Amino acid sequence: MSNANVQANLSNLARYQNNFLREVEERVEEGHMVKMCMQCGVCAGSCPFGPDWEHSPQKIFMMIRAGKREEVLGSDSMFMCTSCYNCIVRCPRELPITHIMHGLANYAHRLGLAPKGQPTRVFATMFWNNLTKKGRVNELTLTLGLYFKDGLVSGIKTALGMQSIGLAMLLAKRLNPMEIFGGHGVKDLKGFHAIVAKAKEIEDRKKGFTA
Amino acid sequence: MAKKEYAFYPGCSSQLKASASNYLVSTNAMCKALDVKLTEIPDWNCCGASVGYCEGGELPRIAINARNFAQAETHLPGQDIVATCAACWLGARESKERLDASSQLMKETNEALAAAGLHYKGEVNIRHMVEVLIEDFGYDELKKPMKKSLEGIKFAGYVGCQTNRPFGIDGESFENPLYLDKMVETFGGEALTSYDQKVACCGGALAFSEPEKSQKQIRDIVESAYDHGAEMIVTPCPLCQANVEVYQSEINKKQGTKLNMPVLYYSQLMTIAYGGSAKEAGLNGQLIRAEKLERIAGK
Repeated sequence: MSNANVQANLSNLARYQNNFLREVEERVEEGHMVKMCMQCGVCAGSCPFGPDWEHSPQKIFMMIRAGKREEVLGSDSMFMCTSCYNCIVRCPRELPITHIMHGLANYAHRLGLAPKGQPTRVFATMFWNNLTKKGRVNELTLTLGLYFKDGLVSGIKTALGMQSIGLAMLLAKRLNPMEIFGGHGVKDLKGFHAIVAKAKEIEDRKKGFTA
Repeated sequence: MAKKEYAFYPGCSSQLKASASNYLVSTNAMCKALDVKLTEIPDWNCCGASVGYCEGGELPRIAINARNFAQAETHLPGQDIVATCAACWLGARESKERLDASSQLMKETNEALAAAGLHYKGEVNIRHMVEVLIEDFGYDELKKPMKKSLEGIKFAGYVGCQTNRPFGIDGESFENPLYLDKMVETFGGEALTSYDQKVACCGGALAFSEPEKSQKQIRDIVESAYDHGAEMIVTPCPLCQANVEVYQSEINKKQGTKLNMPVLYYSQLMTIAYGGSAKEAGLNGQLIRAEKLERIAGK
């Protein structure tokens, strides 16, 4: 995303006048539920990657209410979500925590404020681009794309490190080297692309994103 | 037994030569034994999976799921959509619930679908294969076609996350669901009911982007199975299966462990119990061979 677009996105936000909670409620998926959090901390104690991230969902929700916009949208926490849904089923106030974290990640990512090079942000972007290209995931190009995300040299190193697994998958007929030439996909690709484009256009308009 | 028909959503990982192709092979054999007819949703697409949110956002994710719904509604009217993949089931069901709850979202989704000449009326029902087995058949019915017992094998039933949360199987608890253990016992296997990593997370898609953190989870899942005396792990989720099986060699290499625990699908166990061959059960797709099951299949 260009700097001009980041500026345009930021100027769209002027109407919130430092009211970050209202911004989240209006623009983030399931953001209207943030105010329901009662700070019990069950989510923090239920997360499998809990020890690895900077802010637990509980902290993120309080930071939103405290107006800590830069800290929340720049946090790596949302990208540590494995989508295990432990926090959702345990939350006594029934906040859809997983969805709010996904929503915040998407919002921070689209505004260009999410941490640069964050591995899951990079992988998740590759994943969406991979699946929308042909309508179905191409596991081979996705995996190779991830190995080579930091350049050729580190990519070859990672790929060599993983070659025994790759070979075993190949022999078990669970990896297809021919996928490099295309692989599985939907037949009505034109229609599929039209749906994705139209949905994105509506969402961008609603949330004030500039592509 | 009356023939049952479903609109089948196999998902990307179950395709030919993809990471869960043996799930599809064994599902087909299992359904044949149960006289279930699965018809693929014509030209189905990916559900967006659990990391689609970052770039995909909300509406594009829901719209691609609704594309599958519209296809099923038009071409396979009245049939429940059945997914074998946990993420496909979750992505589809989540989308359906959002659409059911919001007429605005429904309007926007249909505006997107119209770009491809499609329309979703809102009539589909989304289910997981496990729900079909338990609710439409039940353990007693499932046992009827059984030809061989899985006697003598100890299974750690690894349910994982997305077949269990947030929707789960009706009547089961999130913290200790019992259906997988009951299925194992139905076919004569020994279920290790105190297996404490039953609903732990394998790292999911973050096994790719955060390998160290995910491999810590995977090591716990496999070691706990060993601690409880398991000979095999059984799971309903293709990502659980792949993560927990595939990375054992990697963990051994990095951490000096000697993990070598086969990880199977329930559909593979059932295919063997129904008298299917090792090939029909997709046992040739294991990276860590399930020799005890192969022996039963060969009997």
